[in-house]
Amino acid sequence: MSAAEFILSGMLAAATPFLLAALGELVVERSGVLNLGLEGIMAFAAAIAFIVVYQGGGHMLAFGVAAIAGAALAMVFGVLVLTFRANQVAAGLAIGILGLGLSSLVGKPYESLTITGLPKLALPGLSSLPVVGGLFVQDAAVWLSLIATAAIWYMFRATKLGLTIRAVGENPHAAHAIGTPVIALRAAAIAFGGAMSGVAGAYASTVYTPLWADGMIAGRGWIALALVVFGTWMTGRVFFGACLFGALSLAELTAQAAGVGLPSQLLASLPYLVTILILGIISSDRRRMRLNAVASLGEPFET
Amino acid sequence: MVPLLSLAGVSKRYGTVAANTAIDLNVMPNSIHAILGENGAGKSTLMKLIYGVEVPDEGTMEWQGRSVRPGSPAEARSLGVGMVFQHFSLFETLTVAENISLIVPGKKAALAARIRDLGREFGLEVDPGAMVHSLSVGERQRVEILRCLMLEPKLLILDEPTSVLAPQSVERLFETLRRLRDRGVSILFISHKLEEIRALCDRATILRASRVTGEVDPRAHSAADLAALMIGRAMPAPLPAEARTPGERLLEVSGLDWTNDDPFGVSLSGITMEVRAGEIVGIAGISGNGQQELAALISGERRLPDLSRDVIRMGGRPFGHLGAAARRKTGFAFVPEERLGRGAVPEMSLADNTLLTAHSRGLIRRGLIDRRAEAARTERTIRDFDVRTSGPQAEAGALSGGNLQKFIMGREILLDPDLLFVAQPTWGVDIGAATAIRHRLVAMRNAGKAILVISEELEELFEICDRLHVLHHGHLSPSLPLPQTTAGEVGEWMIGAKEAVDAL
Repeated sequence: MSAAEFILSGMLAAATPFLLAALGELVVERSGVLNLGLEGIMAFAAAIAFIVVYQGGGHMLAFGVAAIAGAALAMVFGVLVLTFRANQVAAGLAIGILGLGLSSLVGKPYESLTITGLPKLALPGLSSLPVVGGLFVQDAAVWLSLIATAAIWYMFRATKLGLTIRAVGENPHAAHAIGTPVIALRAAAIAFGGAMSGVAGAYASTVYTPLWADGMIAGRGWIALALVVFGTWMTGRVFFGACLFGALSLAELTAQAAGVGLPSQLLASLPYLVTILILGIISSDRRRMRLNAVASLGEPFET
Repeated sequence: MVPLLSLAGVSKRYGTVAANTAIDLNVMPNSIHAILGENGAGKSTLMKLIYGVEVPDEGTMEWQGRSVRPGSPAEARSLGVGMVFQHFSLFETLTVAENISLIVPGKKAALAARIRDLGREFGLEVDPGAMVHSLSVGERQRVEILRCLMLEPKLLILDEPTSVLAPQSVERLFETLRRLRDRGVSILFISHKLEEIRALCDRATILRASRVTGEVDPRAHSAADLAALMIGRAMPAPLPAEARTPGERLLEVSGLDWTNDDPFGVSLSGITMEVRAGEIVGIAGISGNGQQELAALISGERRLPDLSRDVIRMGGRPFGHLGAAARRKTGFAFVPEERLGRGAVPEMSLADNTLLTAHSRGLIRRGLIDRRAEAARTERTIRDFDVRTSGPQAEAGALSGGNLQKFIMGREILLDPDLLFVAQPTWGVDIGAATAIRHRLVAMRNAGKAILVISEELEELFEICDRLHVLHHGHLSPSLPLPQTTAGEVGEWMIGAKEAVDAL
């Protein structure tokens, strides 16, 4: 297998944890709420999902439980910022730290244990193409995350729900004045974002690397947050950013295996640097940035 | 005949403040009914009660003879009440059709067609595919009205709709409203402008200090009668301006070009004007045409690069490159439009707010604040400008908008500047206090000071200014002398019609 084939076939799976978490956060931020607790929510749900699979519950149940766990933890954040109007940055960081702590706690007895991941499903026809064929051999969760991307893109592009979320994010007071339930909508967005982060965590611990190690989320939640901002709150760009990051992290592995004469620490930091650079260039258009940025992001809403 | 809407004994309090006390109101079918009152008289609260944004503490409301109690805007809309807000509830990053689709059901293409049809029928033409941030204020108002009309209301509430329009656009709006009345839509028209109410409305309920003080046919009463009901006494007369020849040029702006990096903001081009000692110069125009940008450049909040320092001169010296503090040191004072955050620090006491601009007037001794001098100066401001407050230690943010405006105006006027620049001098201030502020400005002019005023209230500019300019899309009209120029001519500059004709 050539390096290109290796990267193409693994890119989507590597991108999936970032993609799912970033899509959830995209919806949350579009509604005007900034949840910085992604990392902790992912870690907590990852531990729960691992335990469910290890105890024989199967992946379906594990993903479901992880989604509920993620949504529940996110709703603690939701109550803090929506009901008590706590500072969103502080509340998000606190929930993130809580999630990491809970993750270590419940995962402790399972340290270094392994489970089996998910089988790959091939798209007939396309998967036998030369070079790019590997792109069409993915596990079920990857296929579902692609469908989720398309669904969220379509929601913002063409549905009343998407329009309402954008309206609430731009001007919650005007939305309230025309009768939109601002708080309820934001609560729903936060729960959805938590569930997506939960599924992202579950994918990382039960499919991508089916082994439990404390701290295995390793900053993925923060990268997902950065992808949303650098992707200028647009679904397509967030997807592109996640794939880019996935591809670069595989490229780094290939380069290390091929013995490129660079220190491994430098190589390991390359995906981050290149992603920031490319997304930075994309988002440097001030006009587009102003049009897409969420005007009320991070501001508590009071009637 | 059964009234469309009938309120009896409706009261609403916010804490200890009574916003509405025992209000009776009857709106008949096919009627344009005015709610007339000063800022703070309780007009907005009353509309919020009718539109379901707030719930009354006491009293009953009937809709076509049935008792109702709308608890949300959605309930009010389902009864058939539509509301056009003073601060529009539109979303800038969405298109016109998308904004409308948020509360009007239907497919996008069908909505766009209905927007065009209704627009033609009522003189409210607007492109359904245009993004709202690219629309002018008048067009945005048309979108708000259209959005209400598409829900086929029986009662349309308009909150101070003419405050954002040029005189010509006001006439066009009135035409639309009359057409709506003829098709069976009643209108509640909230305003404090007497002549407009006399021209448009067939009924007027007048509010003063939370109570109804009269219900009249405005066509049968003079503006002076209505004013007396509204403010409780006769309208105060303006202070006459003494004839005097303008003195030295204290402010000169020559060919100011400035590009805004905010894509939603306005860029200025070729701004040229001067203000001389002993005259008041006004800048008219609909807000959002570059007023904020021009104010920031003249006040020094935004500096010009060193190379173009000569573009703005004060007292003959280049000023464009200096910051706000340096400009103030040479006898310049500025009252910004935004009171909280720009004009005053809300969390600080009035005394400390005085210190902010008056520190060079003996309030600092050997580097320390002289608290006694600070309090004395603040007390003088409070007394001279009739600021209603508990004293110099009151927090600025706790004052009502009108009172804070009086305080800030007083603070700057007491600095005795040679050149005073005021944005919206009487915005949100009651008529008595507004007259007092205008008297002060005219008295300063008579004493040989130079004054530049930005205002959206054309009547105000006509009352106090010697001449005025009109700002439209970042371009400034030539100087128009008063009183020779008519409101109609100024209006043409406000909507850009004059510029277009002159360019041909």
